[in-house]
Amino acid sequence: MAHSYTPGLTVTERTTVRRRRILPLPGSVLVQIGDAVHADTAVARAELPGKVVPLNLANQLGIAPDEINDYLVKKEKDSVQKDDVLAENKPFIKWFKTEIRSPITGKVESVSTITGQILLREPPRVLELRGYIDGVVAEVHPEQGVTVESTCSLVQGIFGIGGETSGELVMGVKAPDQPLLPEQLNASMKGKVVVGGAFLSATTMTRAKELGIVGLVVGGIHDKDLRALLGYDLGVAITGSEQVGFTLILTEGFGTIPMAPKTFALLSAHAGQKASISGATQIRAGVIRPEIIIPHSGPAAATKVAQAEREGIQLGDPVRIIRDPLFGKIGAVSGLPSELRAIPTESEVRVLEVRFPDGTTTVVPRANIEVIEGA
Amino acid sequence: MTAVQQSPATSNPTHPLNVIVATDCGSTTTKAILIEKVGNEYRQTYRGEAPTTVEAPFEDVTRGVLNAIAEIEELSGRTILDGDRIITPNQAAQGDPKRGVDIYVSTSSAGGGLQMMVTGVVQNMTGESAQRAALGAGAIVIDVLASNDGRLPYEKIERIRTMRPDMILMSGGTDGGAVTHVVEMAEYIAAAEPRPRFGSTYRLPLVYAGNKDAQPQVNKILGEKTALEFADNIRPVLERENLAPARNKIHDLFLEHVMQQAPGYKKLIEMAGAPIMPTPAAVGVIMETIAKREGINLIGVDIGGATTDVFSVFSRLFNRTVSANLGMSYSISNVLAEAGLENIMRWVPFTIDEQTLRNRIKNKMVRPTTIPQSLDELQIEHAIAREALRLALIHHKSLATGLKGVQQERTISDVFEQRTSGKTLIDLLKLDLIVGSGGILSHAPRRIQSMLMMVDAYEPLGVTTLSVDSIFMMPHLGVLSTVNEQAATDVFVRDCMVYLGTCIAPIGQGKDGERCADYEVALPDGRIEKGTLAFGDLKLFSLTRDQQATVTLQPSKQVDLGEGPGQSFTRTVKGGVVGLMLDGRGRPLQLPTDQAARVAMLTRWYQAVELYPTS
Repeated sequence: MAHSYTPGLTVTERTTVRRRRILPLPGSVLVQIGDAVHADTAVARAELPGKVVPLNLANQLGIAPDEINDYLVKKEKDSVQKDDVLAENKPFIKWFKTEIRSPITGKVESVSTITGQILLREPPRVLELRGYIDGVVAEVHPEQGVTVESTCSLVQGIFGIGGETSGELVMGVKAPDQPLLPEQLNASMKGKVVVGGAFLSATTMTRAKELGIVGLVVGGIHDKDLRALLGYDLGVAITGSEQVGFTLILTEGFGTIPMAPKTFALLSAHAGQKASISGATQIRAGVIRPEIIIPHSGPAAATKVAQAEREGIQLGDPVRIIRDPLFGKIGAVSGLPSELRAIPTESEVRVLEVRFPDGTTTVVPRANIEVIEGA
Repeated sequence: MTAVQQSPATSNPTHPLNVIVATDCGSTTTKAILIEKVGNEYRQTYRGEAPTTVEAPFEDVTRGVLNAIAEIEELSGRTILDGDRIITPNQAAQGDPKRGVDIYVSTSSAGGGLQMMVTGVVQNMTGESAQRAALGAGAIVIDVLASNDGRLPYEKIERIRTMRPDMILMSGGTDGGAVTHVVEMAEYIAAAEPRPRFGSTYRLPLVYAGNKDAQPQVNKILGEKTALEFADNIRPVLERENLAPARNKIHDLFLEHVMQQAPGYKKLIEMAGAPIMPTPAAVGVIMETIAKREGINLIGVDIGGATTDVFSVFSRLFNRTVSANLGMSYSISNVLAEAGLENIMRWVPFTIDEQTLRNRIKNKMVRPTTIPQSLDELQIEHAIAREALRLALIHHKSLATGLKGVQQERTISDVFEQRTSGKTLIDLLKLDLIVGSGGILSHAPRRIQSMLMMVDAYEPLGVTTLSVDSIFMMPHLGVLSTVNEQAATDVFVRDCMVYLGTCIAPIGQGKDGERCADYEVALPDGRIEKGTLAFGDLKLFSLTRDQQATVTLQPSKQVDLGEGPGQSFTRTVKGGVVGLMLDGRGRPLQLPTDQAARVAMLTRWYQAVELYPTS
């Protein structure tokens, strides 16, 4: 019983996605099962505890920690305004009076007679969790959030930067092998998700930011431009919280790499429609890939789509080569020899044969291909 | 490690262990090996591997385990799986010896391993002790907080809040001493309301191993907010470190809480006949065993996809560190960020433009399971590995200091020394053996590649033997040794350790081509090889594992081989699959800064030892 498995990225015209929308800490759910929600609908709300500011009153008053209760003006759980007196001493001579004032508005969280410390907490911040995609509430997780389900077209990218956003999908180029140039961006693209082809440069990113474009989807970028965008060299691929002005999704990788024709065709077919995108990428520990979700509207959207389960790599499967020297080339599996073969490094590995659209073939290690998944 | 009761059907099996299947669920690949008793000894017979499946679409680590075992089934002709179940015990008694195994054991570092935050009062005393306890338990330490770490209280609270560790270890104070600082740290942790990395509904496990007098206050502050457990103080008195109870508690909580949250681990725990061990803890068990058995000083390294673990045993003191973001796939880009492009490029025997190299490294980061297909790609990966190994050893040296291990008595003067200097225990001149493990070292197409990567990264001094884990099975053997020590030892000696050979490296520097030492190598067939080792020379002599050679070196007057500058040196050394290497490149190793000169020098070295195929 073999469970052959080859990692792949999904590019599919029609599928059903379920996205768990979970609060970072318990709160209240604002919608019910069956409710239709939009990307910007608030589905759950929580109060994030405010910042904590510790003050060592015992030190500041020059007293022993277990004496501080005698000097407190404000007690545990009391509300305080900035500059309110928290504690004071009562000297015989007024000039020697010391008052400790609150540096913040909030409340007294705790008072410790062991350490002589008082902890103040700022008021909580309300966090509203959005639906992220247009769909229907499929599950409610009490106090935690919901699962939103949507029938949609789905494109998974390989790497992204920036969090969730949504906007109208607009094509910035005419073909998947064209670069997205700054002059192809204009003011009408504000608030939209722009699809490029093989590459976009740092100048294009700057222009996109100036114009208020919310998302960029492209085949590849140079690592040096990513470094310039982030201001640091990204060491580990855990992203999603960057604030760079837009969400960026790479469909192929780093370098100038034409977007897979299937991906480009799918995105082109949905130009003008609303897309929800997320750049969040996590390649370790429960992988998260960036995604472009284009919800389908209308009655057909309610029908569930059966999810095909992959049964390992097969002849004819569309694949992308994901390692040099043929990085980014796309073809179909034309041979699956089972014996190990020596490759130029002298390693003996399992390989497969890929046939390219021009009829030529090549042999690559199985580890170096990625199935382009989705019907 | 303390066992947690699991799978009563397979724990402590009463039947003999003749057929064993073991897996290691790494962050990239799940590796399975089959061990069979042949006559009176255990041998590793087949291996299989498959991508680790903690991620979508499977999000179930057992899928990768079954895939890897399925590969063993195909190769061995043995039936091990019945659907998604491992058939135990072996059906030999029923007349079908090719069906089933007697036990399944596993280690795991998938899902990022065990990530911990530790706290102490004084950073280089209880803070360091706590760090060592966590590292010894197989954890990655993501931060060390201490009362005197220079951060303001609110910064500490913010840091605790933003981190999502799997577990916290708190230490601080000696038993009977002041409780104020450790209670203060508990207050900060409580105020931060830390949440675990996986799952939002369970409470974060926290081990308190500080001043026992503070236990009631800590319980009051953190008892409700965390899954609090108490362990004996890791520093009951200043002069003694007592790490074992805290380590054991960490192992228990790892299995009881953390593993239960990772995708598929509940099933994996049920499948296994012994507690799942964190991979580094299992490798540590093996490293410590080798050093004790042979009475030697060693450095072991396990360079993985996400992390690089370094183990050392010097004067019987065991240490382990993990460099959380130095690895060959997930963290490869971080090696570039930390080492710098120039340091990586100094090992590459050709020129390549920066943009291409950076893009290639990032592409490996986002597609971590790919392998080098062309020779130049392999050479780039080997260059990166040298830097990852080098940086991880620097990290290890900084932590393997002063007070070490369990129950080690120290004098009060040592305590003062630790406070001020933290002198490292790693002495490369006293180092006997380097053991390499991990994909890049175990699977290098030529063994000399593994040897030179380690020599270049560590720059051993004097005489050092090098070895590698043949097919990366130390983790498997580490966990197996907790169930059946004989099986683990048999396989370790016969199938796991591949001795590469011995490197002799004189200390000193000189101009390229200048005399470094005169040598005389008495080979086992009676031949005597004589010559001059010049600075910049690498010389390799064929000498197999079962052979010995007597080497005499007369170094030039500024060169030292451990006997003093210019002093003659004679030593009998063992061989290996690579042989005996005389390294006249000088210590510290220096490479030309001029690009063309550097490429020429690397090419000369690499050709001298036939490092790569010539096209």
